[in-house]
Amino acid sequence: MPEQSEPKVPAADPTPAPEGAGAVEPDARPRGRFSRRRALGAAGVGVAGTAVGLAGGIGVARASVEPPAPAGPKIYPFYGDHQAGITTPAQDRLHFAAFDVTTTDRAELVSLLQDWTTAAARMTQGEGAGEYGPTSGPYDAPPDDTGEAIGLPASGLTLTFGFGPSLFRESGRDRFGLAARQPAALKRLPLFPGDNLDESRSDGDLCVQACADDPQVAVHAIRNLARIAFGRAAIRWSQLGFGRTSSTSTSQATARNLFGFKDGTMNLKAEDPAGVDAHVWVPSGADPRAAWLSGGSYLVTRRINMTIETWDRQALSEQERVVGRTKAEGAPLSGGGEFSQPDFTMAGRGNEPIIATDAHVRLAHPDNNHGVQLLRRGYNFVDGSTGLGRLDAGLFFMAYVTDPRTHYIPLQTKLSRTDGLQEYLQHTGSALFAVPPGAKSGEHIGQALFA
Amino acid sequence: MSATTRRPAAARRLAPLVTVGALLALPVLSGCTDNTRSANDGPSADPRALTVSASDTDCAVSGTQAPSGKLTFTVTNSGSKINEFYLLAGDGLRIVGEVENIGPGITRDLVLTAPAGSYFTACKPGMVGDGIRAPFTVAESGQAGATDANDGELVAAANANYASYVRDQTDQLLSKTEEFAAAYEAGDDAKARALYPVARTHWERIETVAESFGDLDPKMDLREADLEQGQRWTGWHRIEKDLWPQRAKGYKALSAAQRATFADDLVKNTKTLHARTRDMTFTVDQIANGSRGLLDEVATGKVTGEEEYWSRTDLYDFQANVDGARIGFEGLRPILASRDKALDTQLDARFSDLQTLLDQQKSGDGFKSYDAVSKSDIKALSDAVNALAEPLSKLTAAVS
Repeated sequence: MPEQSEPKVPAADPTPAPEGAGAVEPDARPRGRFSRRRALGAAGVGVAGTAVGLAGGIGVARASVEPPAPAGPKIYPFYGDHQAGITTPAQDRLHFAAFDVTTTDRAELVSLLQDWTTAAARMTQGEGAGEYGPTSGPYDAPPDDTGEAIGLPASGLTLTFGFGPSLFRESGRDRFGLAARQPAALKRLPLFPGDNLDESRSDGDLCVQACADDPQVAVHAIRNLARIAFGRAAIRWSQLGFGRTSSTSTSQATARNLFGFKDGTMNLKAEDPAGVDAHVWVPSGADPRAAWLSGGSYLVTRRINMTIETWDRQALSEQERVVGRTKAEGAPLSGGGEFSQPDFTMAGRGNEPIIATDAHVRLAHPDNNHGVQLLRRGYNFVDGSTGLGRLDAGLFFMAYVTDPRTHYIPLQTKLSRTDGLQEYLQHTGSALFAVPPGAKSGEHIGQALFA
Repeated sequence: MSATTRRPAAARRLAPLVTVGALLALPVLSGCTDNTRSANDGPSADPRALTVSASDTDCAVSGTQAPSGKLTFTVTNSGSKINEFYLLAGDGLRIVGEVENIGPGITRDLVLTAPAGSYFTACKPGMVGDGIRAPFTVAESGQAGATDANDGELVAAANANYASYVRDQTDQLLSKTEEFAAAYEAGDDAKARALYPVARTHWERIETVAESFGDLDPKMDLREADLEQGQRWTGWHRIEKDLWPQRAKGYKALSAAQRATFADDLVKNTKTLHARTRDMTFTVDQIANGSRGLLDEVATGKVTGEEEYWSRTDLYDFQANVDGARIGFEGLRPILASRDKALDTQLDARFSDLQTLLDQQKSGDGFKSYDAVSKSDIKALSDAVNALAEPLSKLTAAVS
């Protein structure tokens, strides 16, 4: 695996314990730099957790269906060849934010990326956003970390950054001298049939994906990055997701979306490095204008509302017909288990195909899309309810692909036109970002773009 | 709703049922599939819960008898061919209940209410032949499923009545559309505006039937929001925008020649729809699904004010969808009354509640503009639609 997908777990610390060792409560520790990792390590909580155990640690929410995870800090490295948060086993929670860059100064933009990199490297390791942490530093200054993550472990936090098309060129204007390096594939996605996009939930110059197993840790990260950005960038829109709908590792069970069906059974998995190389990472030489993106990826985000109430009134037979899989196991209607290959030619009663011609599984399956696969990382969302008392809910779709022109646009065009599920969906937000490769220690995210 | 994107699914409401002609033949008892229980549930002490292991060569039912009442057969296909499971009446011919298209390895429930009597169970691996049969006895328990010797006639009558309704509505749709198109082509915009919601009423009353023609519907009822890039926009809503351009920015009115093109196209497609509905036949499943489908249309397109974006005549469509749903329900009431009296009573009351709210929005011969309906009234209408649609979604299982 090129990406560091193995969680780095602090071993039981044989070295001299830091001051206050043995104190279980973080606030019982003496004043000093705050490190959530150290706090837990010192307390000796769950340090025996192994990488394997943690990879299976899907969290308390699913404790009823999966073995309870050993308690303990789950920490992913921030620096590496690829950014974390892509093939990393999908965490349970998401806070995603798109930013508008408000400064017009290229140097300020670079300084923002430097500052974000530093803060992200700290927070993903369970430390505070700033040098001092939430409860230290000059008494007459506000803390450089907002504090709501005190006492919480790193929770597998990953922070993944991307650049939108408008960063390179907006209304034909080369904002930061980057236009010549804009990847050819980095263009606003086309309008698909049935799209009902809300501009205030679409697009953006920059994006940050925060994934963690604890929602407060994800929110804490976005909040602190937004704070650091004030004056240089401002949040354009953000989205909370409360339940992963994709598994990106074979160690994870396939989760369910709000239609109640398993989602992303056919998803690319980290354990398939050849597939990931072919379908996720941008190969070197892919785009002579954008060599800086080699080893990176493209991120498609779509806020997809579900007409929950209408869906819930459909007969089970209709629900399974539209999806093309059973609700119980997720098996294709042609038989077998969840991971059985669907038989799209099998004829059922009346010589009609047993997997309907407009079934989602038929239209979306790689076999029917020139072998194209996506690495999906979507999350369920419920943003309260609408004025009509309906859940404002659905799937915040995220997919990492090597090229949206081959790996997303043709597929979505087909789905928007003919997918039976489309009857119960409405796309309300859309964005595309180029996700640069990982930073090495000492570099900032996207450094090659500015070199 | 009028999205091409949503068409295929709407068509599905009718399509899959075409294959179940056998059901029409006489559902004396209610049968339906129901997977509320998990397939993983272990053996049950409930004598009305049976399991069936259906292989390519065997049909192993966990028992040969059950007390009368609501029975559940949990059928697992343990073979390699598509399988089907039937409960047949004592004559070995009449289908009491069935589940079809059970793929290898898949488990599906057959739930039905069976009165005392002699039956046969049958698996049909590969969907051919008479199936692997075994006698099955239902013993009197006092929890009888009501039989109604007239069910067959009631079903036939319901189907015939609904087919007649569809023909009548398309007759009116065609004549009103011709009238509308003529006024529009002639430049009589006031008359065209008055006729627009009236003609569309006949479309909306049978919308689920009209949508089942996947080739016609996008040409006739597509909304601008549902266009693909580069797709040509025709039909009702194209003309609607030309008649009510107030909400459009920088709208360029259609020329007389363009008007003629769009109007003629609409009439031509309406004639095709008319011709195709002449000899349509229906099953109770289709009628019941169509009834629920019309309420889905209200919920997704009308309540939200998306359907008639330019003319704001959404309430006409709203009423027409409800009319169509109610006709479907009324036609099935003779069957429903003997199967599930409580549901029958509840649906009747909820239709009335919704109609009361709609009546409050009337203005003259028609309805207020959707812009003139208050937010709280829209919320009340939406709640009434949900209150009706939820029990209405149980109608199909109750009558089939």
